[in-house]
Amino acid sequence: MIKIEVNKRQVEANKGELLLTAIRRAGIKVPTLCHFEGLPPSGACRLCVVEMDGRLIPSCATTVADGMKCQTHSSKAVRARKTIIELLLADHPDDCLYCVRNGNCELQTLAEEYGVRTRRYQGEKSTCHLDVSSPALERDPAKCILCGKCVRVCEEVQNVSAIDFAGRGSKTRIETAFNEGLNMSSCVFCGQCIKVCPTGALREKSSIKEVLEAIADPDKVVVVQHAPAISVSVGEAFGLKPGSECSGPLNAVLRRIGFDKVFDTSFTADLTIMEEGSEFLARLKGKGKLPMITSCSPGWVKFAEEFYPDMLDNLSSCKSPQQMMGAVIKNYYAEKANIDPKKIFSVSIMPCIAKKFEVTREEMLTDGVPDIDAVITTRELVRLMKMRGLDLNSIEPEPADNPLSLKTGAGKIFATSGGVMEAALRSAYHLVTGKELDSLDIKAVRGLEGRKEAKINIEGTEIGVAVVSGLKNASDLLDEIRAGRNDLHFIEIMACPGGCINGGGQPIGVTPEAVAGRMKSLYSIDKSEKYRASHLNPDIQKLYKEYLGEPLGHKSHKLLHTHYTKRDVVK
Amino acid sequence: MSVVENIIKQHSNPGRDSLIPILQAVQEHEGFISRESVIEIGKALDLPASKIYGVATFYNQFRFSPHGKWVVQVCRGTACHVKGSAALLSRIERELGISAGGTTRDGLFSIEVVACIGACGLAPVIAVNGNFHAKVSPDDVPEILRNYRNQTVEGTK
Ligand code: SF4
Ligand code: SF4
Ligand code: SF4
Ligand code: FES
Ligand code: FES
Repeated sequence: MIKIEVNKRQVEANKGELLLTAIRRAGIKVPTLCHFEGLPPSGACRLCVVEMDGRLIPSCATTVADGMKCQTHSSKAVRARKTIIELLLADHPDDCLYCVRNGNCELQTLAEEYGVRTRRYQGEKSTCHLDVSSPALERDPAKCILCGKCVRVCEEVQNVSAIDFAGRGSKTRIETAFNEGLNMSSCVFCGQCIKVCPTGALREKSSIKEVLEAIADPDKVVVVQHAPAISVSVGEAFGLKPGSECSGPLNAVLRRIGFDKVFDTSFTADLTIMEEGSEFLARLKGKGKLPMITSCSPGWVKFAEEFYPDMLDNLSSCKSPQQMMGAVIKNYYAEKANIDPKKIFSVSIMPCIAKKFEVTREEMLTDGVPDIDAVITTRELVRLMKMRGLDLNSIEPEPADNPLSLKTGAGKIFATSGGVMEAALRSAYHLVTGKELDSLDIKAVRGLEGRKEAKINIEGTEIGVAVVSGLKNASDLLDEIRAGRNDLHFIEIMACPGGCINGGGQPIGVTPEAVAGRMKSLYSIDKSEKYRASHLNPDIQKLYKEYLGEPLGHKSHKLLHTHYTKRDVVK
Repeated sequence: MSVVENIIKQHSNPGRDSLIPILQAVQEHEGFISRESVIEIGKALDLPASKIYGVATFYNQFRFSPHGKWVVQVCRGTACHVKGSAALLSRIERELGISAGGTTRDGLFSIEVVACIGACGLAPVIAVNGNFHAKVSPDDVPEILRNYRNQTVEGTK
């Protein structure tokens, strides 16, 4: 502990930490635009300046020293910040009323907080074009303030590097290689860049319009599924504490919006476990490659197709729970409810941007019919609810619809890094031994760390498992395997750090504490469920009995499994 | 062996630091930096294409399309700047429908921005394939370009 002086008050600081961290811990607000928690400082925006001995220094790039004295809101510091904001606005399209980030844009908030009321600088407006080439996200370089956070998350967290700074001086912009657009680039559509962007320069490609049109069409049966991460995330937008479980109110709200049937993707998470667990055992017995790697995160799947094409045989052939639900709705459910599958418009609500891409993959058509027709993110769901004047706080909870909604704790924890692994091990143990695990909690694979590893004993066979989230972490592990590491049998990979609870489609501005809150909530739901392992789900058993036959059987193969191909992209 | 492979082979320990010399050598051999070269360099140096593109676009010296038949060099040195070379450049860009560093679709013209070419007394100056044009005003541009275009047409007849 050392002592520094901030605004003439003593503040305690930890040796070696950043001045910004100490200032913030003391409850003093210093704004930042380029600061990226957890990564080395870049010092690009200068918004975090504080006055020290008459000079302005960036607090995000300064290490504390004993006896240091600074002023965070001296007139010099405040004037400097205001000027920076005014300069950023000089070439900004004043588009707030039409902007997705209206109301939660960092630039807009700063302009308000620093009392910018007149345009002091008039710059040439950017002539950059919108990049709408990808099925998942849009880039609007005119709104970009060049903070560089998207470039950093893409390179340093995701190891993709689809975008970088190009040009220089006043012509600097963020571009893909050769400015060919995201669709030609190596972008895996994880959407993590959207979450760190302070402005509306990055956003999802919205499907709200298609969904509303389908709802308004009397000839369509519009069904919706919500992913396990949604119910523990969406409440925050309505003032609830992070992790608050809202499945009941969510089902009710979705019916008010006009969806004819509401299903819970946790159900097909259980189905995924039945298929994937069986596939794993088959591989253990020599049928197929080991380690087997999960395939439910479409950002990860695209990453593998681009950067690890030599390992595609290691990926489980299972479709993701979203796609399984889609296929089950348009086949099993349509048949059971006597609805023409062509009349069904199937929507999914996902914490993910890459899901928008996943549904467009041609492997995701069954007999020429797309499994899913539209994907909306948590953020779009919130917009839809606000548009309809609905509030999760003031609505009676309702159950989701049968027969595709009964969930187990195992299906629910799919939403967090480690959850798929834990769910799979619970059922794999049963498949091998015919017994249930003594303790269903597999703590070694839980938590927000980027990599978790464990050895699990199933009747004398030691199974090596690893769980990674964030694609940089995935690359590091896969490189070890390429280099000959061979003690692992089963790997779970999710593209987003922490898993779907921190997905690229989740509300903007979530704190790590909120993500931890969502995770905690998932495990407590798991604990309280009547069934905690997928194979115990009575409706899953019924689905096999009535329709699918057995895991990995003929019907499963047709509806629930897929394949992957090497992708040539600019990388 | 490809041009890029050849060039990289000449660097003893090729890495990030050798990127600029490699780009320079590729441009010298091929006249420009092609998409294929960027991708190839990226593979060899283990650098993402977006990064190489970013570095290359930072410097004016690199171009991403082959030279046109006529290379219009526009001086942006101090003397020419004072005499209005900025307006001249944008007129040329507008007339040709490309920006500096680009080449017209028909492959006839490309524009290059250069620093002082040592003819300050004649500012603003442009040079087309080495022929100097002195004291050029933006309104002279259509005529100058037409002359070169006509020369090409006659040449092909
Ligand atoms: S990015 Fe922010 S400041 Fe810019 S138009 Fe959108 S809301 Fe307004
Ligand atoms: S979506 Fe992911 S991969 Fe694509 S540019 Fe953003 S961070 Fe990079
Ligand atoms: S797109 Fe957003 S995150 Fe990326 S540099 Fe621009 S403002 Fe920053
Ligand atoms: S936050 Fe410190 S320079 Fe941007
Ligand atoms: S500045 Fe243009 S020739 Fe010298």
